[in-house]
This record gives sequence, structure tokens and C-alpha cells, in this order.
Amino acid sequence: MEYFLQQLINGLALGSIYGLIAIGYTMVYGIIGMVNFAHGDVFMVSAFIALIVFLVMTQWLGIQSVALELVVMMAIGMALTGLWNWTIEKIAYRPLRGSFRLAPLISAIGMSITLSNFVQVVQGPRNKSIPPLVHDVISFPTSGDGYPVTISLKQIIVTVITVVLLIAFWLLVQKTSLGRAQRACEQDRRMAALLGVDVDRTISLTFVMGAALAAVAGTLYLMYYGTVNFADGFQPGIKAFTAAVLGGIGSLPGAMLGGIMIGLIEALWSAYFSIDYKDVAAFSVLIIVLIFMPQGILGRPDVEKV
Amino acid sequence: MAVETEGAVPSTPEGAQIEDEARIAAAAGEIPRARARAQEHGIGRGVREGLLAAFVALAMLAPLVGLQTDEDINNKLILKTRWPLLALIVIVVAVVRFLMITVLAPRRAARKEAKASGRAAAATPSGLRRFFVPFAIAALFAYPPVVLALSGIQGSLKWVDNFGIQILIYVMLAWGLNVVVGFAGLLDLGYVAFYAVGAYSYALLAIHFHLSFWVLLPLAGIFSATWGIILGFPVLRLRGDYLAIVTLAFGEIIRLILLNWRSLTNGGFGITSIPKVTFFGIPFDASQNGFAHLFHLPLSSAYYKIFLYYLILLLALLTAVVTTRLRRLPIGRAWESLREDEIACRSLGINTTNTKLTAFAIGAMFGGFAGSFFSARQGYISPESFTFIESALIIAIVVLGGMGSMIGIAVAAAVMLGGIEMLRELTVLKAVFGPDFEPTQYRMLIFGLAMVIIMLWRPRGLVGSRTPTIFLLQRKSISADMVREGHG
Repeated sequence: MEYFLQQLINGLALGSIYGLIAIGYTMVYGIIGMVNFAHGDVFMVSAFIALIVFLVMTQWLGIQSVALELVVMMAIGMALTGLWNWTIEKIAYRPLRGSFRLAPLISAIGMSITLSNFVQVVQGPRNKSIPPLVHDVISFPTSGDGYPVTISLKQIIVTVITVVLLIAFWLLVQKTSLGRAQRACEQDRRMAALLGVDVDRTISLTFVMGAALAAVAGTLYLMYYGTVNFADGFQPGIKAFTAAVLGGIGSLPGAMLGGIMIGLIEALWSAYFSIDYKDVAAFSVLIIVLIFMPQGILGRPDVEKV
Repeated sequence: MAVETEGAVPSTPEGAQIEDEARIAAAAGEIPRARARAQEHGIGRGVREGLLAAFVALAMLAPLVGLQTDEDINNKLILKTRWPLLALIVIVVAVVRFLMITVLAPRRAARKEAKASGRAAAATPSGLRRFFVPFAIAALFAYPPVVLALSGIQGSLKWVDNFGIQILIYVMLAWGLNVVVGFAGLLDLGYVAFYAVGAYSYALLAIHFHLSFWVLLPLAGIFSATWGIILGFPVLRLRGDYLAIVTLAFGEIIRLILLNWRSLTNGGFGITSIPKVTFFGIPFDASQNGFAHLFHLPLSSAYYKIFLYYLILLLALLTAVVTTRLRRLPIGRAWESLREDEIACRSLGINTTNTKLTAFAIGAMFGGFAGSFFSARQGYISPESFTFIESALIIAIVVLGGMGSMIGIAVAAAVMLGGIEMLRELTVLKAVFGPDFEPTQYRMLIFGLAMVIIMLWRPRGLVGSRTPTIFLLQRKSISADMVREGHG
């Protein structure tokens, strides 16, 4: 039981990171119906930006406070990653918006390869590791001789930041005019344009928002694992996409729910079955969900139009 | 309001007309303001946009290019600066953006206008086009002797192996995938899984059961086709992007199983010393019965490579012949109707289940053939050879070649892979950038950029026209813009 509880806690933290990335997929898919294949690599770029900001702060500026470091890493990461995604959208996806449906997907695959290899060329192919930022652990001694259930501070930080951001984004989408414009574009882009919504701007901002969340995920990932590599975008990217599909693509809470479910599946599978096949388990979930429940858990069913 | 408009009812006022135009523009997803801005190509705008681009590039690249993370002797990460490189890139970006606005954009606008005023002539197959295929095939058959004559036995190795065989494998894979993507319109991002199944089938059966390549080639094809059907069944109901992602997940699952099922596949270390192909039972080795000895030739691996070259050439041509013939059969017509409109296809009584499954199976079969050839040629395989990047490369070749066009795909494969290989050969770059410059590390970066740029430049692929399978009275090519792609 304690072991199970421990795995739940581990899965929750991991799932929060997947969920944050998944929101980027789900928002972009919702608004322009495109699988932004490069999103995982945008996440990786953000982790690298966070790493470099961290090194600048600790080595050049001599900042010691971990809280300040994390906040600055996230803030700069969000701004720069947003700019990256804004530029990518403008260069690689916008000119193809009226083109045939596979065109943006192919372009995004090209962008994904470009981003990971760009980072490899400019930063080197090795794993980049930093000393652990946060190492406090809260231990709950359990009755009997079972495992003590431990929650590390970094797991709490990941979960809390995720929840706060999720609430903030939910309010942004539900209450602000930008959110209204986004939802309008999602329903009918042409009609929204006729009613004076600046569609291009809304789509751009959607990409920026997705990237900002990915940047938070990138910072948290760096803090959680302490290491990052140029190829780290692919696997989390696919898993986050799985999470978005699982939760129902286009749905914001669905993406978060899907992320947490994927995180839990991965943690529990590694704990009880085989750690080698944890990715196989996650991908199998994707296939099973798409076959039996293509609209996902919280998604709207797709109506087939002739 | 009614009073004001009363007089203007018979003839539309000028203001309303302009407003109408704006409305049409808005309906087309364009904002009038943006359009007005886009029409201005002045130097001032170029400077403004160039500066903006420079600023954006500076912000984006300052941490990643300007600063480099590196390990010191204690394996601790330290930062190094590269400000001159950053400055150079930012300046280049600004200049390129400036030129795009002031030179490229007006020219493109002029061309668009010219196209709109004069109707583009329908392309008809010219004489060059008609003789291109036999000529190209003859050239491919003549390639090894020519190379042998030009660069000697040892010198020919590189040209036959790296350029010839390597490119032809991808041509074959892309032609195989073309059945699924180009004909049936099902986007398969996990094609490399079938390639892997073929490769591992050959490797394992040849090592453990000592079967010959010629027995295992069809077997590998059958295994891969079976896997194609196994994958096909569950994804039948999916469409478009979902199909793409599920096939991608499937490809990853196969790779992960190959990586982790260590007792069978030896995991990440791969399988070594896979038997070679024999020439009708004559092995290519130094023995008495070996090829070199029997034909009184000097012992060299070049002959084996040339043999492999002809083998893959024939396999690729087999793929081309079979797929183009299949396309004209009822099943091929069914594929194409599935691509154009699945619902209409089903309404006409076509069994879409069988149609999709045959497309998957046949595409997978050719992947399996290519896989078994690959493993015989390499003599060593590991899961590293079957990553998603390979699938992306094959799909890129199919799409860049203009989906469905056989020649376009072959040209795209030659351009992409030949280009990548050429990079290795360019010693000029070393002279420019210094001796430390290693062009091969930019291979995938350039490949990714090429994918994006070609997509932007010609979304319909390099060969943007194709001949319809069925025609009325006269055979003529139509622009690919008129051919809808399927949504899976």
C-alpha cells in the first residue's frame, strides 16, 4: 500500500510535466487543427534556455537563492520560448495554412528535426547535468515495516506550480477577450474574422501561450531530473501528445487529466511490471484510446460531415 | 438609416464597394490592414522589418548561440561566450529579411499577377518527358561500369555503395510507402517498423536456420505484410492526423521491443555477422568456390557492392512496376478513390476495410523486402537504424517528390540523400571554416531545414503534376493542386 502510494506521488509529479506540455498541443490542435509536431522540441529548447539562465545566475551573478533562480528561469524561459514558437509559427506554419492538410504536419516534422539538431550543433551532444537545486524530502513514517512514503519538495513544487498555472490559464481562456477570441476561432475561423477578431494574432498568441507552458515544464523538468539533452524533446513530446489525445484533444482540463494519467500509468507500470517497457505501455494506451474512444475522456465527439 | 440609404439603392456607392472588397478579403482569412501593409515594398519597411528580425533573432539566439555550455575538468558545467558568432548570425538574419522585403516580395507579387492575368497553359507530356524513364533506367544500369572505369576498383566502392545503394534503398522504401501515402492517402509515420521487421526476420532466420537470402526475401516480405495487416486492423477507423500518430506510436513500440527483448535481438548491441547474399549460390569470399576465384577477377569487395547495386536496383524497379500496375487494377482505383473521398468511396460499395488493409500490407511488404536487403548488405543491424528519423526521412521523400509521382520520389530521394552524402565530400567547406569544421554534424540540421523550406516553396512537391490514371480522350498531366489528398 505504501509502495503504491509512493508510486502515485511520483506519477503525479511526472504527469504534471506531461500535462503542461500537452496543453500546448491541445490548444494548437483546437484552434488550427494541426498536430504541432515540433512542440516537444520547443519544450527541449526551453529546458536549455532554463539551463543557461541558471548557469548565468549562479556562475556570473552569484545568486544563491533557489526560489529566485527558479522564478527567473521560468520568467525568462517563458518569454524566450514564446518568442521561439511565435517565430516558428510565422515562418513554418502560417504560409501553409491554406495548403493541403499534411503540409503543416510535414513542415512541423522538419522543424522538430531542425530544432533538436540545431541545439545539438550549438550546445553539443552530451547530457548537460546540474547539481540538484532542491533536495528536501518530507518523510511519512508508516506503521509496521513498510516503506516510508516520501514526498520530495521538488515534487510539491512541480505540482503546485502546475495547479496554479492551470487555474491561471483556465481564467485566461474563459474570462479575457483573448480567450474569447481563441474560442471563437476554434469554432469558426472565418466567422470570427468577419466579426473583427484578428485571427492571425490570435493564432500567434496561442502558440506563444503553448510555448510559455512548455517553458515552465522545461524548467520543472530541469529541476526535477537535473539533466537535459538535445534529444529530450521527442519522447516527452509524444507522451504529452498521447496525454492530449487521451484527455480529449482541444480540451484544456482534458490535457491535464491525460497528462496525469500517462504519468501514473508510467510510474505504476515501471513499479509493478517492467521499467524497460514503460514507454511501450504509454504508446499502447495511445493506440487503445484512439481505437475505442477517439474523442478522448473530456473531448467532444467528432461529427463527420460530407 | 433607411432615409440615408434610400437614394443609394439602385447603384452601389463607392464606399460600399471598397467595404465589400475588405469583407471578401476578411472572409478569405486576411485582414485588410495586413494586406495593405504587405503591398508596401519600400526600403523603409525593409529596414524596419530587418531591424525587428535582428532583434528577435538576438533575443532567441543570445542564450543558445551566444553562450555555450561546456564541461570543465571536474565535469562541472561552465559557460563560454561566442558573441562574434552571435553577431554574425544576427546580421545575416537582418540582411536576409531586408532583402526578402525589398527584392523578393515585389518580384513574387509581380509573378503572381502575371500568372493571374494569363491562364497557365496545361502541361502536356513533352518528348523529353516520354523518353525520360527508359533513359534514366539505362543510365542507372550503366552507372557501376562507368564508375568502375572512371575511378578504379577501390575508388568505385564509395560511389557505388554510399551513393548508389544507399539512395536506391530509400527510393525503394519511398516507392513502397507511396502505396500507402500517395495512392491510398493514409499517412503512415511508422513505416520504418516494417523495414525493421524485414531486417530482423532476415538476420535472425539466416543466422539460426541458415536459410539463403533468396528464400528469406519473400518470407521477410510476408512477415512485414502480416504486420502491416496487424497494424491496419485497429487503425481502420482513424483518419488523418490521428492515423499518423498511431502509426508513429506503433513504429516506436516495435523499436522499443527490439531494443528490450534482449534474449532474441541482443538489444541495443544489435545483431552482428549476418550472412551475405550469394550470387546464385556462389559466395563472395576468398574461397576456391568464391566469386572472384571462379570468374578470375582480383579479390575485391567492389564486386560484391556492384552485385548488391544491381540487386537493389532490380528490387526497386520491381516495386515500381508492381505498384504502377496495381494502380491501374480495380484495387488501385479503389485506393485512389479512398484518398479522394472516403465517404463517397464507401457509398459506391467499395469495401474500405479491404482497401485499406491491402494498401498497408503491400506497402509493408516492400518495406520488408528493403529491410532484408538492408540487413544482408550491412551485415549488422541494431534498433538504432530504425528510429523515427528514418520514417520522417522516407515520408519527407514521398511528400517532397510530390505524393503519387514515381519519378518525383526517385528524384527527391537522390536530391536529399545525395545532398547529404555530398556534404561529406565537400572539402571546400573545410578550407573556408577551418580544419575543425565537420560538415557531417550539420547533416540532420540541413535535412530538417530543407524539409521546411521545400514545403514552403513547393508544398505539392518537386514534381507537382501527375498523369491521372483514368482519362477521357487525351492523356495530359494535371497540376497536383487539383488532386485532393486523402484525410486518412
